[in-house]
Amino acid sequence: MKKYIDQGKNDTRSGFGAGLTELGRTNPNVVALCADLIGSLKMEKFIEENPERFFQIGIAEANMMGIAAGLTIGGKIPFTGTFANFSTGRVYDQIRQSIAYSDKNVKICASHAGLTLGEDGATHQILEDIGMMKMLPGMVVINPCDYNQTKAATIAIAEYEGPVYLRFGRPKVANFTPEDQKFEIGKAVMLNEGTDVTIVATGHLVWEALIAAENLEKAGISAEVINIHTIKPLDTEAILKSVEKTGCVVSAEEHNYLGGLGESIAGFLATARPTPQEFVATQDTFGESGTPAQLMEKYGLNAAAIEKAVQKVLKRK
Amino acid sequence: MPKLQELQDLTIQVRRDILRMVHKVSSGHPGGSLGCTEFLVALYNETMQLQPEFDMDGKNEDLFFLSNGHISPVFYSVLARRGYFPVDELNTFRLIDSRLQGHPTTHEGLPGVRIASGSLGQGMSVALGAAQAKKLNQDPTLVYSLHGDGELQEGQNWEAIMYAAGKKVDNLIATIDYNGQQIDGSTDDVLPMGDLKLKFEAFGWDVLEIKEGNNLEAIIKGLAEAKSRTGKGKPVCILLHTIMGHGVDFMMHTHAWHGKAPSDEQLENALAQNPATLGDY
Repeated sequence: MKKYIDQGKNDTRSGFGAGLTELGRTNPNVVALCADLIGSLKMEKFIEENPERFFQIGIAEANMMGIAAGLTIGGKIPFTGTFANFSTGRVYDQIRQSIAYSDKNVKICASHAGLTLGEDGATHQILEDIGMMKMLPGMVVINPCDYNQTKAATIAIAEYEGPVYLRFGRPKVANFTPEDQKFEIGKAVMLNEGTDVTIVATGHLVWEALIAAENLEKAGISAEVINIHTIKPLDTEAILKSVEKTGCVVSAEEHNYLGGLGESIAGFLATARPTPQEFVATQDTFGESGTPAQLMEKYGLNAAAIEKAVQKVLKRK
Repeated sequence: MPKLQELQDLTIQVRRDILRMVHKVSSGHPGGSLGCTEFLVALYNETMQLQPEFDMDGKNEDLFFLSNGHISPVFYSVLARRGYFPVDELNTFRLIDSRLQGHPTTHEGLPGVRIASGSLGQGMSVALGAAQAKKLNQDPTLVYSLHGDGELQEGQNWEAIMYAAGKKVDNLIATIDYNGQQIDGSTDDVLPMGDLKLKFEAFGWDVLEIKEGNNLEAIIKGLAEAKSRTGKGKPVCILLHTIMGHGVDFMMHTHAWHGKAPSDEQLENALAQNPATLGDY
């Protein structure tokens, strides 16, 4: 199995901050907005270097989405920053009408997604955001897996014309993708080739999928691991090619199974090539307070859960 | 400067357009459209500095955002008669495959429209963003927006109102169509909003009132006054006192025609009160 090295644990939100800082230096049209969470979103450096291109909105996310839409009229590329919950559910209609339906070039950058927000509990742990955002016509949905990839994704979406939802998180996780990677929106990344089962993971679950694949290899199971950083548009070609070889699939994500990556894969495969699938995801539940590791264990979102799902899906082949 | 008589003629023609558009498809919102006819005619044909060709970015020209998107009939008629698209296209209002959707949208590529509106309360935020983009671009032109009074019941407006003053967005003129009516009745019956002038002032806006909101001269004068107050550190609000359904006697002074189309007979009666001036589409 291909070996991946953790270059040092880091948070994906810091990858966003680093990407935004670089954009501040390279793209004069990039502007940033924040609803009173500068530190949490790691936007300090961008603000320090580009004070005139930063808009502190205050605790008013609906207003922030509208202002972002307006800023595009005049050629700006707005990046909004707040928690994933307040970036989606709280402002769904503003995004729907003023951004998505209005075809505005706004980048909705959402931190603290999923259970790994930890101790704050369910009010802040959104597990429905991917579903909400992927249902909006024209919305691109991206959930990168580590610091380097989040930084690369942040830079890449500025070059793309159209609304984007970029989802990342709070905990420090393994940073294993190349620093100089080219981020291609909508293009899956093959992490490990295998023959028995396809594991398709997104976000924080990608590293867990690699750990699972390593353990499965010891048990004599060859797992193909695909990193889907772009949930929409989904790289259906990569998924189809893989399941044609392996004949079964496990999807893994820090999100509700309803509306998530797994659902998108199932929906595609149901018509393209019906394939046994297991879902590593939350099961239509809210989260709760706890450490990220405790929560991922309790809600079945780690390497052990992926291994279990693989064993299960193999029996259904 | 167009002669006042030309604007009067245009106003009557726009009224006819509104009535014929909603009658044809038996749907749409004539009341607020008729009430804002003089305002939009004056804004687009007298007040705003516009570029000859439509460009989404709207650099170096004044911008307008319609927040209360349901008064699309008046918006479409004024845009068409200002030359943004063929007047004949008004025939397609609310029909399948039309660029003239029930509520305005950019999605079908209709020139003159820069944001979708219809779900209420969002336009002021958008106007604020566009105004701030102008400042970043060192573009001295202005941003205008129009909002229903009932629409101010949506909380997002008050986020925007607070922000506009707090951040000194003084290149924005937001007009409130102060007709005191909404779908379910008078605004006082549905949800009394108190003294809007005091409220805007308390939030830090410069507020002026146009008491005769269906009088072209009063509107032109009021808009010029509003313009003179921009660039002074405060956003500017116009409370435009209008009569919903203005120009058609049986539609005036009631909320009944907020979202109802006239019958054949009612249309005939309404058109007789507004004889054609520039020719129907």
